[in-house]
Amino acid sequence: MTTRFDPNLAVILVAAPALWFIPAGFKPYGLYVVSLWLVMSIAAMGLNLTLGYAGLKSLAQGAFVGIGAYATAVLTKNHGVSWPIAFLSSGGLAFAVGVVLGFPALRVKFHYLAFVTLAFAMFVYLVAKNEEWLTGGVYGFSNIPRPVIFGVDLSRGLPFYRFVLVVTVVLTLAMWWLLRSPWGRAFLALRENWMRAASLGVDIRTYTLLAFAIGSAWGGFSGALYAPLVEFIDPAPFAISASFVLLLTVVVGGSGFFLGPFVGSFLSFVLPELLRVTGGWYLLVYASVVLVLLVICPTGILGLVERGRDHLSQRRAAAMRAAARPMLEGSEAR
Amino acid sequence: MTRVLEVKGMKKYFGGIRAVDGVDFHVNQGEILGIIGPNGCGKSTLFNCILGQLTPTDGEVLLDGRPVTGLYPSQLNRLGVSRTFQLLQVFPTLSVRENLILAGQEHEGTKLSRLFGASDAGLTAEANRMIAFFKLEHLADQKAGGLSYGQQKLLDAAMAFMAGPKLVLLDEPAGGVNLTMLANLKDRLEAINREQGATFVVIEHNMDFVMSLCSRVVVMAEGKVLAEGTPAEVRADPAVVEAYLGH
Repeated sequence: MTTRFDPNLAVILVAAPALWFIPAGFKPYGLYVVSLWLVMSIAAMGLNLTLGYAGLKSLAQGAFVGIGAYATAVLTKNHGVSWPIAFLSSGGLAFAVGVVLGFPALRVKFHYLAFVTLAFAMFVYLVAKNEEWLTGGVYGFSNIPRPVIFGVDLSRGLPFYRFVLVVTVVLTLAMWWLLRSPWGRAFLALRENWMRAASLGVDIRTYTLLAFAIGSAWGGFSGALYAPLVEFIDPAPFAISASFVLLLTVVVGGSGFFLGPFVGSFLSFVLPELLRVTGGWYLLVYASVVLVLLVICPTGILGLVERGRDHLSQRRAAAMRAAARPMLEGSEAR
Repeated sequence: MTRVLEVKGMKKYFGGIRAVDGVDFHVNQGEILGIIGPNGCGKSTLFNCILGQLTPTDGEVLLDGRPVTGLYPSQLNRLGVSRTFQLLQVFPTLSVRENLILAGQEHEGTKLSRLFGASDAGLTAEANRMIAFFKLEHLADQKAGGLSYGQQKLLDAAMAFMAGPKLVLLDEPAGGVNLTMLANLKDRLEAINREQGATFVVIEHNMDFVMSLCSRVVVMAEGKVLAEGTPAEVRADPAVVEAYLGH
């Protein structure tokens, strides 16, 4: 209902100030990990739009993060462009490429579409690796500058983290607005029944391309933050495995749940770091945790929350039926 | 009388199979036209050709006298042509009200104005009116996937009327619906036809339903129009009897 306050918005508004203060005492590495968590949440949020809401199986989100990261690196380091302009350009470039990649989605669906997007991700990786004049090849870019915004120097860990947080909150609110607008309903309609949606006037072509392009733009925005976060980029983090990890992130968090990407990103990018205490076992432990999670809750962690809610309402209905039973028995006795 | 829809020489061949083989008919303003015929006679293929789901092999579709052949289903819908499907087509994870808002939102403003406008595109009141009209009040906030088959069928029909269409094509609305629900559906369709002057084309197998609802009936057999007339005329036609009952 329109009058009810959206719980997702409530979580954003409560979590944002908390996240501003909580990492204040963290060491540089801790700040790096929480920053990475937010940056990758942005990329996952974009994929969640494409895959979770609009139901288009894309396996190229890692490539769009790469496109954003390289665009920002080239613009800020080689051409001295200010970061906000580079940020918008990265998102814009990813949006434009996303529109182009969306065209196959008008013709092929499901895993065929996944193959097409996978090929595209491979292509981006090969360009990053081989086109040295543009991307620096396997050596990539080092010493990518961190921006100074409104006179605030963001070169240290905590100010940069807080800057990432502000950008994340802005992008999250923008996505929240998009999904609660009639567009969000049209994207859901694409996922659930595109033929019926078309018969109700939903412009399937445009919304399919938009779902791809906007999701990709969020990947580009994420890359624009990733480059100055790590200050060094090479092709490796944008190999096709990155796209698979982002897919896993969306699915584990809860595909089609608004806050799923943040939960999934925590599992994909923070949990492995926490598990380093187990020494050389951490990847094995991490893989087991993810496997068990997916067996227990195939709809993702936030899917589990919804299942719990359904379960409760069923229990309530059962209790009501039980309370009504004497009436039933009374009528049978008569 | 003005012709809302006119179909001329419609043909659809699948390889050597002539599913629709030269069909002509028209629908007048405010009329309820029935299209009947044995299974496989090409009724649904004809619908899909008219509605842009299939590209006709040959033929022309005129809406208010203007050619609309080959338009996308979404474009036709925005011109005021709405439809229901043979099999249930609601959006299961959306609530009943959200289903109805979705059914109307693409007719409100532009894409851009919708993005920056209200979440419900200003349609909550209209959706509630439609919910009341189809007597679904107690289910308004439930997910459509949890409704009974008959209730979903009502919702399906309600969605087709949400944007105030000038022409609605109903593909077997009575299929699989129990008698009470069927009477309810027929009652609602007649009310919309009477109150809003909406024009319908109904494909149906249920003879009683067609004969009592429609003012004129087109009978199809093997991709062609076999007979046309009032329900009484059609029922008395020996060719129709033969097509339905065999030799």
